[in-house]
Amino acid sequence: MRTEFGVRCSGAEPVIYELGKPGRVATTLPALDVPEAAPLPAQLLRDGVDLPEVSELDLVRHYVRLSQLNWAIDIGFYPLGSCTMKYNPKVNEAAARLPGFAQTHPYQPEHTVQGNLLLMFELQEMLKEIGGFAGVTLQPCAGAQGELSGVLMMRAYQLDRGENQRTRIIVPDAAHGTNPATTTMSGLQVVEAPSDERGNVDLEALRAICDDTVCGMMLTNPNTLGLFDEHLPAIVDLVHGCGGLMYGDGANMNAIMGIVRPGDLGFDVMHFNLHKTFSTPHGGGGPGAGPVGVCEKLVDFLPGPLVAMCHHSEDACGCGCEDEECAEESVSFHLVMPEKSIGRVKAFYGNFGVLVRAYAYIRTLGAAGLRAASEMAVLNANYLKARMQGILPISHDRTHMHEFVAMGIIDGAPDIKALDISKRLIDYGFHPSSNYFPLIVHEALMIEPTETESKETLDAFAEAMAAIRQEALTDPELLRTAPHSAPLRRLDEVRAAREPVLRWKG
Amino acid sequence: MTYLPHTDSDRAEMLEAAGVERVEDLFRDVPEACRFPELRLPEPLSEMELLAELRAMSEENQDADHFPCFLGAGAYHHYVPRVVDAIISRSEFYTAYTPYQPEVSQGTLQSIFEYQSMICALTGMEVANASHYDGATATAEAVIMALNVARGKRGRVLLSPTLHPEYRAVVRTYAQGTGIQIAGDDARPDLTVPPALPPLDKETACVVVQYPDFLGQVQDLGQLAEQVHAVGALLVVAADPVSLGLLQAPGHLGADIVVGEGQAFGNGLSFGGPYLGIFACRERDVRKMAGRLVGETVDVEGRRGYVLTLATREQHIRRDKATSNICTNEALCALAAAVHLAALGRSGVRKLAELCYHKSHFAASQVAQLPDYHVYDARPFVQEFVVRCPAPVADINAYLLDEWGIIGGYDLARDYPHLPNHMLLCVTEVIRREEIDVLVRGLEDAAKEVAR
Repeated sequence: MRTEFGVRCSGAEPVIYELGKPGRVATTLPALDVPEAAPLPAQLLRDGVDLPEVSELDLVRHYVRLSQLNWAIDIGFYPLGSCTMKYNPKVNEAAARLPGFAQTHPYQPEHTVQGNLLLMFELQEMLKEIGGFAGVTLQPCAGAQGELSGVLMMRAYQLDRGENQRTRIIVPDAAHGTNPATTTMSGLQVVEAPSDERGNVDLEALRAICDDTVCGMMLTNPNTLGLFDEHLPAIVDLVHGCGGLMYGDGANMNAIMGIVRPGDLGFDVMHFNLHKTFSTPHGGGGPGAGPVGVCEKLVDFLPGPLVAMCHHSEDACGCGCEDEECAEESVSFHLVMPEKSIGRVKAFYGNFGVLVRAYAYIRTLGAAGLRAASEMAVLNANYLKARMQGILPISHDRTHMHEFVAMGIIDGAPDIKALDISKRLIDYGFHPSSNYFPLIVHEALMIEPTETESKETLDAFAEAMAAIRQEALTDPELLRTAPHSAPLRRLDEVRAAREPVLRWKG
Repeated sequence: MTYLPHTDSDRAEMLEAAGVERVEDLFRDVPEACRFPELRLPEPLSEMELLAELRAMSEENQDADHFPCFLGAGAYHHYVPRVVDAIISRSEFYTAYTPYQPEVSQGTLQSIFEYQSMICALTGMEVANASHYDGATATAEAVIMALNVARGKRGRVLLSPTLHPEYRAVVRTYAQGTGIQIAGDDARPDLTVPPALPPLDKETACVVVQYPDFLGQVQDLGQLAEQVHAVGALLVVAADPVSLGLLQAPGHLGADIVVGEGQAFGNGLSFGGPYLGIFACRERDVRKMAGRLVGETVDVEGRRGYVLTLATREQHIRRDKATSNICTNEALCALAAAVHLAALGRSGVRKLAELCYHKSHFAASQVAQLPDYHVYDARPFVQEFVVRCPAPVADINAYLLDEWGIIGGYDLARDYPHLPNHMLLCVTEVIRREEIDVLVRGLEDAAKEVAR
């Protein structure tokens, strides 16, 4: 189980510029097959671009060696809380690379891209069903952009009703940083709602906040403590009761597929993270995709274009399409902009390549498979939490959902921090959990195993944690100076920020 | 069950350890009335069935591999060397997360640092990041950054009417809650003279132009930069990176922020995404920049390494006072772009731009000889140019596709009502001379058949 990291390489890969030599090149281009045109005016022309000059083999070796300096899901356990580092199926990669998908231009006439539009339409429908929503937009490129879309829609809805005074968004203290940042970007103000002792939103505090200046509330449920809020119906009633809308941060949707539909719980709008819940690769931080689902009253405000299906057998085809090609088919798909749309959030139509992968995942699992995935994600988390008893304290003594938060506090080892435990985990062949988040837990270690990990992996992780706890008591220096087996030891982040070197200068 | 490793005995042991009898018991906090809904989804497919279904779906499309495609307008068909896919298909890269733990993420971190360096070289700027989703959102974030550089004291943003229409739309979406004034893009662009700016004043935070512009034309940025800087505003340039193989770098002409669509390098068309937002600025403004940045440092043994840095700008630290809510770094797309740029190298990036330049000029000269068409070629262009056609572009394109197997150019009447029958044609290195000849013959026929 334990993976020896850093055996293959000892770090210190040169910067690609340092590998180059003038005159080398790593690809070929076709010869010019037309007459040369008159050159551009000299004042518009530049000197050469300072790029590396390497051979193809040097290029490949450089990037393969760099790849070997990375941890990745395909190497081993990656229990980053809130990130849902589940297996990324290989068939999904093949699907996104099918030439008919990968080589289509976004401005081709609609009748030449009916396959793409069909896939997008079906994905919209499936996400509506999974989330319990009346409408879905596939436009947003990431969770944070889904949040921006959602909050702008809430704002637009309130303005449309003449409720111009609704400028406040309630955000719990346990929330991801993107929630308050999104609120500010949308021109609204954040009101923070505290959590109670059981990790729920504090109902009394929330009641005091709710008034006619509230545009809505952003709530992650299950929350960042991995807990399903026990007062959820009461929270929804309070916010709706004062005229506000409920925004669901779908970051933790992996706990509840087929378990409960956020729309049924009263959420008016929610983003999905296809790169978390629906298995599309994180790619080192991107690209992702953040589709947004909404209830009936927000459908007209969705960012577009959306994909609409029209039946030509019916008398009136709602799409306004005058395309002859389309009239010949019994069913066709079109891009449409909702009536009161907040507008576009990106060029073109969403991160299509990511959408293909998520579509493939949902079609592979089906309804029963999605529910089984969430059930096992939750069982894995609760099992690992049980195995952690007596090793590290857990933030709340409740049944958890897909993740839980441990605390990096060891009696008898007062100098040991969550960070030291994280770094020592690397030596045991595991990626650390998320640390120092959520902010409301002291020395937080947020652990999300996901459903694709086996019992053996979880057992090995718990055993590593137990061994680290023992080391903390007998040889704390081993933790404070960890990692010892990674390509590099701890890096000087203060220096990086004080004297920024942000590009290669030779 | 698919992708799940648990055996029945595993489940039994785990349930016992977790202190519950059945897995359903773990969900008692979920309101009972809506617990365990029946999801109406299609039946699951095996891998073989799935791929067959998806292949059939993909083949309902007509793609740029099978039909010569003369569309550009913000998404460009370039040849992506095989080495790019070989590298980005390494799962050490694509199944990694944001490099929060630098000791085990040097591959991602160094590749982003190298990408930052190459983008600085290409744009002539001092700092670049790999954090933005696409050219449109990078432009919107540049506008927000310019407002922040002015510390909220300037509330006016001028957009060129020849900035990509969808980029202008995204700027408006992002700005709708901020109360700023967006102007300048209601002017009708003239295809024979450079666009004039509305009056600049002390309220103006920034001017945003595209280079080459949406109509393919190249304007003198140096003169513009002087005008913009004279009132203390910033010049934001949305640049096409392939054209920068040939054109003066915007950073050398006075641009303060350079953004752009990075798709052309290493990332396929993919029906509009995922793409890559280029974002570069001056060192003096770096603390107002949105997105992840990678910086060089050393480890405790003094060895060179890389970390995410200057994070105090970002949402996970600053929350409601962050420069943006962005937490993506578009690492895999940036990796693809970096591998393509490094494969081309100093000479290749120039040659690529020259191929596009000569081929598009050859196409323009051939179309210009057709009596029913007018080519606007008085102003310099690199790979896109405008043609006035004898009939609506949609009709001509339908004819070209049906009769000649060609995907024609972009219909400018979609965005510019005063330019009916105007087509924006793009010719890159993937188009062969024979295909240009077919385009010209097709257009010639279309004049007779469609415009009758």
